[in-house]
Amino acid sequence: MAEPLPVLEMTGIVKEFPGVRALSGVDFRLFPGEIHALMGENGAGKSTLIKVLTGVYSLDGGTITLDGKSVRIGSPLQAQQAGISTVYQEVNLCPNLSVAENIFIGREPTRAGRIQWKRMRKEAAELVDRLGLDIDVTAPLSSYPLAVQQLVAIVRSVGTGDSDGAGGGTKVLVLDEPTSSLDRDEVLELFRLMRQLRDEGVAILFVSHFLDQIYEICDRMTVLRNGTLVGEHLVSELDQVGLIQLMIGKAMDQLEELHEHQLHADVGESLLQADGLGRTGGVAPFDLDIKKGEVLGLAGLLGSGRTELARLLFGADQPDSGKVTIGGKQVSMSAPNDAIAAGVAFCSENRKTEGLVPDLTVRENIILALQASRGWTRPIPAAQRDELVAKYIKALDIRPANPEARVGQLSGGNQQKVLLARWLITQPKLLILDEPTRGIDVGAKAEIQKLVVSLSEEGMAVLYIAAELEEVLRLSHTIGVLRDRKLVAQIANGPEITPTRILETIASGEHQ
Amino acid sequence: MTTTPRWRALTQHHLFWPVAVLVALLLINVPFTPDFFSIRMTDGHLYGSLVSIVLFGSPLILVAVGMTLVIATGGIDLSVGAVVAITGALTCSYISDQADQSALSAVLLAMGIGLLAAVVCGLWNGFLVARMGIQPIIATLIIMVAGRGVAQLITDGQIITINSEPYKLIGGGYWLTLPFSIFVVAAVVAVTVALTRRTALGLLVESVGGNAEASRLVGIRSLRIKIMVYVFCALCAGIAGLMISSNTSAADGNNAGLWIELDAILAVVIGGTSLLGGRFSIGGTVVGALVIQTLTTTIYTIGVPTQTNLVFKAAVVIVVCLLQSPKFRAKVFGARFGSGSGAKGSGTPAATPADTTPTTAAAPKMEVS
Amino acid sequence: MSATTQTPKTQGSRTPSTTTSKAARLLGDRRLPVLVTASLFLVMYIAGLSRYQNYGFGEPQVFLNLFIDNGYLLVAAVGATFVILSGGIDLSVGSVIGFTTMLTAWLVEEQGLPILVVIPIALGVGAFGGFLMGYVIHNFEIQPFIVTLAGLFLFRGLCLVISKESIAIDDSTVSSMAQAQASLGMGFLSVGAIVALVVLAVAFYVLHYTRFGRRVYAIGGNEQSAMLMGLPQGGTKIAVYTVSGFCSALAGLLFTLYIQSGDPLHATGMELDAIAAVVIGGTLLTGGSGYVLGTLFGVLVLGLIKSIIQFEGTLSSWWTKIATGVLLCAFILIQRAMTARKKT
Repeated sequence: MAEPLPVLEMTGIVKEFPGVRALSGVDFRLFPGEIHALMGENGAGKSTLIKVLTGVYSLDGGTITLDGKSVRIGSPLQAQQAGISTVYQEVNLCPNLSVAENIFIGREPTRAGRIQWKRMRKEAAELVDRLGLDIDVTAPLSSYPLAVQQLVAIVRSVGTGDSDGAGGGTKVLVLDEPTSSLDRDEVLELFRLMRQLRDEGVAILFVSHFLDQIYEICDRMTVLRNGTLVGEHLVSELDQVGLIQLMIGKAMDQLEELHEHQLHADVGESLLQADGLGRTGGVAPFDLDIKKGEVLGLAGLLGSGRTELARLLFGADQPDSGKVTIGGKQVSMSAPNDAIAAGVAFCSENRKTEGLVPDLTVRENIILALQASRGWTRPIPAAQRDELVAKYIKALDIRPANPEARVGQLSGGNQQKVLLARWLITQPKLLILDEPTRGIDVGAKAEIQKLVVSLSEEGMAVLYIAAELEEVLRLSHTIGVLRDRKLVAQIANGPEITPTRILETIASGEHQ
Repeated sequence: MTTTPRWRALTQHHLFWPVAVLVALLLINVPFTPDFFSIRMTDGHLYGSLVSIVLFGSPLILVAVGMTLVIATGGIDLSVGAVVAITGALTCSYISDQADQSALSAVLLAMGIGLLAAVVCGLWNGFLVARMGIQPIIATLIIMVAGRGVAQLITDGQIITINSEPYKLIGGGYWLTLPFSIFVVAAVVAVTVALTRRTALGLLVESVGGNAEASRLVGIRSLRIKIMVYVFCALCAGIAGLMISSNTSAADGNNAGLWIELDAILAVVIGGTSLLGGRFSIGGTVVGALVIQTLTTTIYTIGVPTQTNLVFKAAVVIVVCLLQSPKFRAKVFGARFGSGSGAKGSGTPAATPADTTPTTAAAPKMEVS
Repeated sequence: MSATTQTPKTQGSRTPSTTTSKAARLLGDRRLPVLVTASLFLVMYIAGLSRYQNYGFGEPQVFLNLFIDNGYLLVAAVGATFVILSGGIDLSVGSVIGFTTMLTAWLVEEQGLPILVVIPIALGVGAFGGFLMGYVIHNFEIQPFIVTLAGLFLFRGLCLVISKESIAIDDSTVSSMAQAQASLGMGFLSVGAIVALVVLAVAFYVLHYTRFGRRVYAIGGNEQSAMLMGLPQGGTKIAVYTVSGFCSALAGLLFTLYIQSGDPLHATGMELDAIAAVVIGGTLLTGGSGYVLGTLFGVLVLGLIKSIIQFEGTLSSWWTKIATGVLLCAFILIQRAMTARKKT
């Protein structure tokens, strides 16, 4: 079977940011009439590649060929004009305008500068109709749910590139995580539209964290890891276990070597129970029992619901269903305050946006949680405060060891340690760590892992989330496996539990 | 060579630039008024340009100090001018109704009524901002518009003049050879510093303004804190209102405290507190307010027509804001300054593709993902 | 509403959900605030009619005077509508108006320039001032609030630089323009009122029938989306402030005609009236939603409050401010309720 010529070819793509090489020489190609998945874990470079392709980022090296012609893409507008359209996870349309306007804005049909509303509405309705959708184009976009808004975004991109708005100008459609907050019916409708566009010859680049969806809709996939190309495969030729191995990046036997248990003291009595806790668009209802001194590791791919689960246990998001009992008492979980008062602490994976106050000093960031629980009228006495801060700076080896340093200027590893110190000072019963080792150097990583072990030996329960399986296996007494926003298994760790078993559980969605 | 690091430490102190501007402004006066810095004693009162700068700048310092806390939480309060007018109007109209306008108890009661009204205004602002979630500019616009009408309603559109010795003291009297208002200002500033730095209020305010989401996740009750700062800001404005009406022994609902909100915001900005919230400096604000007052005095003494005052002020606003804009610094001074301290907001990481939380604010800032 | 997506249109049957959501859609309709303001105006007008019938409130000219007395405010508010729709704010409106009155009076009276030369100069200066503010706001990412605050100081200062005293205009062309009336049979309109209505019509056309106008709405709705949709959001932003500067200058010219003098304190605080009129007219202060027609009703409501207070006789002028504040508060809370409902 002779392959047709690719519509898009990216060769040797390089993108650098201060101190980081986000993409180093990535090749990528896209054929007309296919749905192509772009796969990779955190930091793989997926989103950078998409942003280079859609003109949000400029290129530091490499070439982009579209329809056999070399192109330069300097802005989102140029990308659209070249026939590359993008639909992002958070719909980038204007909710205050009508559906028809959202489809046409920037290229409304005009006569002598006057917008022809009638013609615009008619053409929008025709376009929507042709794509088999039932949407009233005169209604404001905000009157539709997110799923429909996403479909409208696709309709817009299909119409883009053709100044008359008759449709058909788009050659490449990039869908960046469009399905992350849709329900099953909405996903089906989206897939129907994607198939229709594919059959019309549009090349679709699809990013999703849901493995089932990838295998349901995609023809081909490209896997990235750490800014490099790992491989391009036909979906039919690569099974889920193989795919996960490619994404996580270590062949199975290597994983086995790294895998050594450090199981320690037995766990204590039950501390926290969650019954049927869940949130629509977050994570499906789950039951969980965390014991004193237990390290509960969460394994799952990016976007599998790890973070969402942790946020529910902390009250950072409000659950739709279920209840949480801590130490025998039910906790209302309407705000983080309730969880904090019950002894739960949460280090977010987004250190900068959800953790640190970058303008404040190391000392102030460390005492923030303790101070918040004491209220503003009871400041921590200066001597006690300085002693506490000095103790934790020393214990966690925070550098520079200067409590006056602005926390925004610290390295990632040290920022993480500041966050840890902030919560350790409050002496929590349950410490939730969401990817505490992400983006920090090896030394700091090892220190944080050692700390988790010693905390658990002292009787603290830890919920530990990490992208690397061996990290989870090494530390945890119990491993919760998540897949596609569901807690699919809870496995007691032991010598027979290998990364392979976990991988298979992630891939199949069940543990045997 | 040993002076270099010390000099650098000095220039990097957050008060360096505001103070430098203030000193420069003061020095400009010397060639025009050689005895500018001299202070002389007449009738047991100290007189001199420096004394009058502090005296005339007192209401502005008060309002600006309150405004600093509001701005530190990421808010703004446009209603302070109206609060100044309302407080002055209520107090003066109560005093003017008394048979004996100099009775101390009546004056104290009158001041209490005035300040109570200010606190009510602050509560209302805080309620709208913290509880209803309305943008601070919009929420405080309501009292800014209606407040002056209320003040005129209280004074019945007249300028109420009073003749009350005890009341005169606050804004126009002398105590221990110095204008009494200087003591009031010193007291308010001291209380504010104590309130923010001796308790944890300052830390929590800076945290809420510096990163609201992180503050929520750390368990800070930002609702209470926000209401508190709006009340405090209104209270400061109320005291300033007492001072202004006492100084003139009159309440003018229309003109008392006119534009003081804009001057106060300017003072806060000159003092080095970012309008985006976060770190604040009461000392900086005081210096900022003094800079504004000195500017007015300087323009007067060097013989430039006083009407250009506003043009100078505009220039100061523009220069200060441009210097605070990371984008401007990057464009003009090159990238090495652009990423320096104060480059707030540019530090937010780009939303990583890992972010599956629906609340992801996809910042357009280009960073590694 | 999700049902609408699930079935491709077959047998031309609309999904039932469209009918059930009618009430909800009415509540969410962006025209609702305008209707509320228009009805408020009507109710107030009728109340005025019944109360002051014997004092000549029913004269058509009383109604037309609303346009004559508030023409300049309407023009300024139209400019403010552009800025607020785009999600910004312009505090320099009152100062630019004041400055224009001074500049015009000074050029006509003291420099002896003919008014026909002065008009384009004044308009150009206002538009250029707006352009500069927009340029700084967009290119240096400084909050519009602060930049236009600097504009407020600058133009008010420039007024005083021209002269501390008010300058009366005796120029015969100006007086004849000021006194010119267009008869409508039942009454008349002044030049200022007609210009204001023309500006309103042009603004309506621009906002609803040009790509620029729709970009203003798009940016106000979601600036980042607008950027990712490939709209030139920077140019639009600068243009919006230029429009506002131009409208303020034009309002200043109308104010000069109306009052026939230049004064450094003219129109102090008029930016608040303009913003209040826009908000009462149903435009969302956060941008993206509203109609310039609503602004007309906002101005008329404010004007009517003034007239009623005049007719009442015993009520004093400060009630205008209080009533404006109360209305402002009510409309801000309504807006808040509408946007909060939408988010859930």
